Amino acid sequence: MAWTRDDMAARAAKELKDGFYVNLGIGIPTLVANHIPAGMSVTLQSENGMLGMGPFPFEGEADADLINAGKQTITELPTSSYFSSSDSFAMIRGGHIALSILGGMQVAENGDLANWMVPGKMVKGMGGAMDLVAGVGRVVVVMDHNEKTGAPKLLNRCTLPLTGAGVVDLLITDLGVFEIDRKKGGVKLIELASGVTVEDVRAKTEADFEVRV
Amino acid sequence: MASKIRNDAAGALEGLLFDGMTIMSGGFGLCGIPENLIGAIRAAGTRRLTVISNNCGIDGFGLGLLLEGGQIDKMVSSYVGENKLFEQLYLSGDLALEFTPQGTLAERIRAGGAGIPAFFTKTGVGTLVAEGKELREFEGGTYVMERGLTADLAIVKAWKGDAEGNLVYRKTARNFNPMMATAGKATVAEVEFLVPIGELDPDAIHTPGIFIDRIVQGAHFEKRIERVTTQPRPAENVSGETV
Repeated sequence: MAWTRDDMAARAAKELKDGFYVNLGIGIPTLVANHIPAGMSVTLQSENGMLGMGPFPFEGEADADLINAGKQTITELPTSSYFSSSDSFAMIRGGHIALSILGGMQVAENGDLANWMVPGKMVKGMGGAMDLVAGVGRVVVVMDHNEKTGAPKLLNRCTLPLTGAGVVDLLITDLGVFEIDRKKGGVKLIELASGVTVEDVRAKTEADFEVRV
Repeated sequence: MASKIRNDAAGALEGLLFDGMTIMSGGFGLCGIPENLIGAIRAAGTRRLTVISNNCGIDGFGLGLLLEGGQIDKMVSSYVGENKLFEQLYLSGDLALEFTPQGTLAERIRAGGAGIPAFFTKTGVGTLVAEGKELREFEGGTYVMERGLTADLAIVKAWKGDAEGNLVYRKTARNFNPMMATAGKATVAEVEFLVPIGELDPDAIHTPGIFIDRIVQGAHFEKRIERVTTQPRPAENVSGETV
């Protein structure tokens, strides 16, 4: 037993607050939009140049000029605005976005995040992730707790090239939720997924963590 | 003043292309790319290019066409994950790549076009991106120096434009185009609609004509979508039946 992708997205949505401007990354973070509580006003920023992302269009109504950062077709809302990439990253780098929720390959107990390349194997690029983790006030990472091989992803130190050093505030995995002190270092397990024990987490984690569940 | 209007994409690039040059190309993914001008560069066969663009198209479309033609030596990009040929060429050492965080890329181009040779940002501090670059402390934080970018040629895509070179972009097709328009020694714009002078509201122009040297109405726009993502219509609108 552990959390599904949708459970993880639902848990991440609990980090939202009314009035927040939020940037959601590709993959599980995108699903967080489905769990915004009714009555809460949250504005989604897309770093390719849009504030106020609406839902996916109806079939036959996709517009090639209207996509999100994952290159999916989306729609606009009555409150939406469009802008250039430099204005978009002025919002991000300038600290105007309250919360960034993004995926990860590795997170370390000092708050380091790696999510953009595997040397010699996978070359995709960082896109806007380095700007987001450097500029946004609170950074939440959502990822599977382990690789498909079973290898841990919450580590003492990241082995992959970093996206940012000391940037992660909260990590949500299929096994639970971890608070990270990005200034002093240190990980606290603060929630367990249904049916998961502390021993399960210890067995699947390289990083040291305190238990505060 | 000589007219900025050209009749076709090849004519719009006449005399501007040379081997070894640096080209900026607007767009995010395939959204807002100057597809007609890219096609004309493919046809011209210009080689040893350094291309500054957030992405490198996909296999067989957009800047992917120039990769297939073996025309690109180096890319300056933030994300190239949609292109298998790119990955092969890079991992085999046949293509140089300068990964630049997306916001840093946008700002480098904005700075280059605005006459600012360098600036400091916190993006990338403590990562590979900052290696070999000057670091400096400001107000208790560490920042890395990044250089402004300019190019021999910038190619941009807008929705509407006029003979003056004034441009209006549409929705998220704006992205990198406005900054790139300012940062080319020569800038060529392709538009979906070349409209009469006076039709564009001066208060709503995104790129003033001063930045545009030549303008061409694209002959054909495919405007491909990388990931068509839709939701079903409410059931009663489809068949009149309730589900």
